[in-house]
Amino acid sequence: MTSVISLSDIRRVFTMGDQQFEALKGVSFDVAIGEFVAIMGASGSGKSTSMNILGCLDRPTSGTYLLDGLDVGGMTPNQLADIRNKKLGFVFQGFNLLARTPAVENVELPLVYAGLHSKERRQKALLAMEQVGLAGKENNHPSQLSGGQQQRVAIARALVNNPAVILADEPTGNLDSSTSAEIMNLFTALNQQGITIIMVTHEQDVAAYAGRQITFRDGKIISDHLTGQAA
Amino acid sequence: MDFLQTIKIALRALRTNKMRSFLTMLGIIIGIAAVIAMMAVGSGASYVISQQIASIGSNIVLIIPGSTTSGGLRTGSGGAQTLSSDDARAIMNDCPSVAYAAGTVRTSGQIVNGNMNWSTVIMGGTPELFEIREWPVVSGRPISQQDEDGAVKVCLLGQTVAESLFGSSDPVGSIVRIKKIPFTVIGILERKGQSPQGQDQDDAVFVPLRTAQRNLVRSQRTGIVSAIIVKAKSEDVIAKAESEIQALLNQRHRITNSKEPDFSTRNLSEILAVAEQSSKAMSLLLGAVASISLIVGGIGIMNIMLVSVTERTREIGIRMAIGAKKNDILLQFMTEAVLLTMLGGVIGIALGAGGAAAVSRMLDWPTLISFQSIAVAFIFSAVVGIFFGFYPAKKAAGLNPIDALRYE
Repeated sequence: MTSVISLSDIRRVFTMGDQQFEALKGVSFDVAIGEFVAIMGASGSGKSTSMNILGCLDRPTSGTYLLDGLDVGGMTPNQLADIRNKKLGFVFQGFNLLARTPAVENVELPLVYAGLHSKERRQKALLAMEQVGLAGKENNHPSQLSGGQQQRVAIARALVNNPAVILADEPTGNLDSSTSAEIMNLFTALNQQGITIIMVTHEQDVAAYAGRQITFRDGKIISDHLTGQAA
Repeated sequence: MDFLQTIKIALRALRTNKMRSFLTMLGIIIGIAAVIAMMAVGSGASYVISQQIASIGSNIVLIIPGSTTSGGLRTGSGGAQTLSSDDARAIMNDCPSVAYAAGTVRTSGQIVNGNMNWSTVIMGGTPELFEIREWPVVSGRPISQQDEDGAVKVCLLGQTVAESLFGSSDPVGSIVRIKKIPFTVIGILERKGQSPQGQDQDDAVFVPLRTAQRNLVRSQRTGIVSAIIVKAKSEDVIAKAESEIQALLNQRHRITNSKEPDFSTRNLSEILAVAEQSSKAMSLLLGAVASISLIVGGIGIMNIMLVSVTERTREIGIRMAIGAKKNDILLQFMTEAVLLTMLGGVIGIALGAGGAAAVSRMLDWPTLISFQSIAVAFIFSAVVGIFFGFYPAKKAAGLNPIDALRYE
């Protein structure tokens, strides 16, 4: 299997005044195409920092990060924005939808920055919404949707540009257990269609949906194993 | 990202906070309205002045006699009887920059038609006078060279005189008495209105120069005129014409360096240009005062945009996370600011134009809204948006996406 993500010896040092704090102390792992990976760990373990680096929102202090074969390390902020737009799809804990904006336009947003024309945007957005089971809710505003539906809109938005990887940061953190299960089943279904998913969570039962669990502690990986549920 | 989409996003953001958007715009609206109204009032004033300049006639040089001393008493300027009809003719024939020159005499007296009478200014002038002053007759015929040469007793009436003596009936062909001498009315002059000094130019009667010299004014010699009025060939040669006239008259009057000239020349357009300039300076001043309110309005825009950037930090983070570049964010907030000010500008222009029209109607003051002032106001409002929107937009574009996403 070819790797879509390859991290080797990633370090991230934060400097606050004259104090230095090493959030990642040499992290290396690969993610193959079609994998569903859960990144676990307590807060302060470095899982969020590694998620930010994976999401090209932050750059490592040292080490190499290959995303879909591209070395992300030396890229300019504008190139990184392009990578985020074309290669990555984000799903956040707090949904992070634009209020007072119809669901379908939220889904279209990545395509706006990709420079697509409105007709093509609408077509792709409707397709993505159908994929997450939200057909018919296109014109609802986020405030008119339930939490689960809002997270589906966010997932549709992450899917719409056909990314190489979907990054989910505590996607069920704001949802009750039955809705959580719904969302996790959706992720599983998408993964079975071949979409690579990396998810950060601290809940064991949510992580159980993933085929592989990577656990962080104090800026290092302490375990990395397959759960046997791998697709 | 296409521009249309940017505008759409900006409009949505403005619509979200309608009241706030309107209040923010208000500063610009008031500023632009003030600029437009002030400029309209100011250029209305310039228009009146330039109309008055035109009523005198353009490119005019006036030559008046100097002072004279008799028995130790010096008369004021114009007191001497040193200019003659021959001087006028010589100026017209020998000065290359002069188009027309007309000798004039001026007196005042009673003019009578039947049982009506009226005291007015009586001007004697050669036919060129009406060319110089660009003053045609509206009925009847003008004074001809034959009238002048034969010193015929004919006259042209100004509108005010015609109305005072004849009411609504047609005076052409009637006989009036000027200083008890009968004259035939041959025509009525077009209405001129007020002079820049505020005199009614239509309150006058015109007769041929020679007729006036023989019958209406007293002088030591024949052929004396009280002033010569000259029209230069164009605006560019007024000063040249003036010096040509001075040289010619110095020669004719045998003025040398040691002798004071017995005449002086005045360039009327120059005097009026100064008047026009001062009115322009006035409207510029009004505009400057008004534009201060625009700057205040601009600061209001900046203030609100800064608040808006802070409020929408999370939105900025989302947009950045899914692929918005710094420039996309910059452009989005700039567009919002410029839309605010331009919208305010348009409303302000409408309001200012309405205000100017109201001033015009209520105070009977002419106002003039030029296309330029509208264009300037519009561009200025856009510039205010760009200038005051830049800092908040820059701040938005400079946000770190990770922090922006976490912002509560």
